Amino acid sequence: MKRTTLLLLVLGLGLSQSQAQTVPNPAIEQWWSSPGIIGTALLIALVSLVAILIIGSRLSALFQGLQKRAESRKKETLKSELVNWEEEDLDWILEKRKAAKKYQLTGTELTGKGNSDDSRGLIAKVTHDPENPLVDEKKKETLRMETPKPLRNLMIWYLGAAVFWLVFGTLVGQYVGMKFIWPEMDQISWLSFGRLRPVHTNTVFWGWASMAMVGLGYFVISRTSNTGIFSYSLGKIAWYLMNSAVVLGNFLLMSGVNNGGGEYREYIWPVALLFASGLILTFFNYYKTVAARKISEIYISNWYLLGGLIWTITLVVIGYLPSFQDGLGETVIQGYYMHQGVGMWFMTFTLGLTYYYLPTSLNKPIYSYSLGVLAFWTQMLFYTLIGTHHFVFSPLPWWLQTVAIVFSAGMFIPVVSGTTNFLMTMKGSWSAISKSYVLPFFLVGVVFYFVGSAQGSLQAFRLTNFIWHFTDFNVAHSHMTMYGIITFILWACMYAILPKVTGKEPPALGVGIHFWLAFVGLFAYMISLMTGGTLRGLSWIEGESFINSVILMQPFWVWRAIGGSMMFVSHLIFAYNFYEMAKKEKPLPHKISAPLSSVHA
Amino acid sequence: MFDFHKNHKLLVATAFLGFAMLSTVIAVIPALQMQEVKPLPGMEELNSEELKGLQVYVSENCMACHTQQVRNIEMDQVWGERPSLASDYYYSKQRMDLWRQSPSLLGSERTGPDLTEVGKRQPGKEWHLLHLYNPRIVVKESVMPSYPWLFEEKSKAMVTQKDEVVPVSAELLKNPNHQLVAKPEALALVAYLQSLVQAELGQNLGPDFIPSTRKKQVPASGAESLGLDGLQLYSETCSACHQPTGDGIPGAFPPLAGSEIVNDPDPSILVQIILSGYDARPEFGAMPEFGSLLSDEEIAAIATHERSSWGNQAPVVTPEQVAEIRKFILNQ
Repeated sequence: MKRTTLLLLVLGLGLSQSQAQTVPNPAIEQWWSSPGIIGTALLIALVSLVAILIIGSRLSALFQGLQKRAESRKKETLKSELVNWEEEDLDWILEKRKAAKKYQLTGTELTGKGNSDDSRGLIAKVTHDPENPLVDEKKKETLRMETPKPLRNLMIWYLGAAVFWLVFGTLVGQYVGMKFIWPEMDQISWLSFGRLRPVHTNTVFWGWASMAMVGLGYFVISRTSNTGIFSYSLGKIAWYLMNSAVVLGNFLLMSGVNNGGGEYREYIWPVALLFASGLILTFFNYYKTVAARKISEIYISNWYLLGGLIWTITLVVIGYLPSFQDGLGETVIQGYYMHQGVGMWFMTFTLGLTYYYLPTSLNKPIYSYSLGVLAFWTQMLFYTLIGTHHFVFSPLPWWLQTVAIVFSAGMFIPVVSGTTNFLMTMKGSWSAISKSYVLPFFLVGVVFYFVGSAQGSLQAFRLTNFIWHFTDFNVAHSHMTMYGIITFILWACMYAILPKVTGKEPPALGVGIHFWLAFVGLFAYMISLMTGGTLRGLSWIEGESFINSVILMQPFWVWRAIGGSMMFVSHLIFAYNFYEMAKKEKPLPHKISAPLSSVHA
Repeated sequence: MFDFHKNHKLLVATAFLGFAMLSTVIAVIPALQMQEVKPLPGMEELNSEELKGLQVYVSENCMACHTQQVRNIEMDQVWGERPSLASDYYYSKQRMDLWRQSPSLLGSERTGPDLTEVGKRQPGKEWHLLHLYNPRIVVKESVMPSYPWLFEEKSKAMVTQKDEVVPVSAELLKNPNHQLVAKPEALALVAYLQSLVQAELGQNLGPDFIPSTRKKQVPASGAESLGLDGLQLYSETCSACHQPTGDGIPGAFPPLAGSEIVNDPDPSILVQIILSGYDARPEFGAMPEFGSLLSDEEIAAIATHERSSWGNQAPVVTPEQVAEIRKFILNQ
């Protein structure tokens, strides 16, 4: 029994089980990677290439010969015909041809000869010297959406809190990243690495991304249901509940109260309960709004928003119920919880937002509604089953690990359908990207959606786990997804909607700097940790002493901190841009309102 | 019938039920099953001091950087004798109290080493205390945080018999005339770390490691050609305290370079100290016994390495000599 299991394991790994002293023959399982075979294959490929070249050239020569023969036959017939023509006819044809060759456009065929006049006011701006000679001028947002004031205020509340948590959370992240280089930066227990790391992750999860998502969702849910929000005060209450959860949770973590160290589950249950109540109120509010919609169909975005909320509520309940969490029960739940936290909440909800904000930014419909539906149900089916891929080779049941790996590969289906949908929507509007400050963020988000998710699926395989698990590669992956996908798309949505709602544009230069700093910073972060993580994994496989792998990471940690600094600076600029978009207009002089109020009084 | 796009009740109910069902199958039921495992026969329950230490471990979130799982692949063999089993976590992964759940000890990052068997690898209390106070005292390249708040400085007059004085050199203290005393939290944490050892399963009972594809050198027979690398063994076993330079740490671990005992032409005392430990000099920390951890060949290789490095010059120690001394100690 044990043998068969072991054999299965080995087959699953694709590793050779042969040992030098018992099996003297070369390991045939690896035949395809032996130098002799690879060399032979290369040589055959070379010969085949030459053969294909020769055959190709022979064939093309043959075709050319055939074509030439046909042409010369045509010429012969023309010649024999020309001899029979009259001289005058030939001259007339020649003159006509000469005149046609001389013809040139005058340049006024379309405008006519009168002075140009924009009587309908269609042209917003004509200039011969653009603001910036290096990049395309970004289009200003001309569309203003009449938004009910309470909705606008609610959105600004949520988005404002999100911006605050982004700056705070990444400041903490930056500080924690620097501790890898200077472990003695401080000696204060409240600021120690172990306590601050969950403060960083939980703040950007439950503070930044969640707040931004819910705020942006309110607009979508109201707009696509063609009705007002069910209750604005419920929205406010949920805001207080969720924000107080983040404040309180961080405070407790820093003072040393940790639920058990499972990632994203570090807040103790009373704090999680606060957050969950906020989610439940939000779900209720969204659901009631959709139920009161004035059109018969539920727009695809709302599938994702409602789905994301109901799934996350279920998830938090399962994650915190105590009756199956002793021993390795906790570990099963941990894998499930931490993966679904990302997949069912952030990813699902953000996809829902993209289904609304991306097509509206492009001013055209989504490419395929059905692909969106397919992605929705496969997201639920596959994402739910893959949590245990965080514990490959652990003492958890082998079947659970295998299911997780198989369905991780299945994740290609929702990812490919989503990416196709978004890219096909963007197709034909590529030129709009350089002229818009919103679309570059969407493009990066969508590309990372494919790259980050596909890379995650590949990372779940046993062989890749072998090298990358437990290394900094995981950290790179989570930033690629939570930052590259979620954060970039949330930025895109915020830049897309706020000017339409408030009527105020962010400074174009500010948006440009924000985009490039964040993008380049993310790359530095990702590449350094992926390279370092791979080297570290290989060092462990080689059986080198552990401290060697710490020393080899040093330069990569420095590069990570540099990338992280760029990301953090970009958030400061983003915060300023947000302020520009959201700031209150100067109140009208109160003289005008005074008589009115006195009348009412 | 399936008009999800028009019926919000149906849409939300289906999404909820589908997810709840899948979650039950993939998470709740397996979790319930995993709870059913029983502890291994030789396992001991954590005592109250160790439990207190576990709470400090969670509170400082040591799980962020340290795993406690030996995976069933060969590269993890350095962290334990056998791959971890579900039963190994029977006592440590229980709900902590009303507020806090069972700790996520398995971890997901190995920024620092795995701690499954740290109690065996680093048995000395002084080493742990120094390492917690400032890891760079004992491991120069470490990036682990210091935990000075688990210690307090006391003037010499205030130090009582009960206090655990940490042998740290004076220049690392704020007041060089003071002494460093470990707080109860530090002692509990060290007690917990010292308790971390895999329970014995007996030979061939535990699961096997999946062998790697790495080419292994074929060991030739005979003790002479075992090719035991004294340097490698020394860095794995001894250098955490005595340091790679052989200089030790002043006030905590004695130097081996130029040591009279190490350079003695007769290796009996040196081998005896390695075999059965040593705690006779109050100015230094206690040396744990290695007789049960290391074979005669390994001890001979380590002793020979020590006697021929850092300027030391003394004759080779053979496994036979070690075996003889081991027998002598046993007979005493």
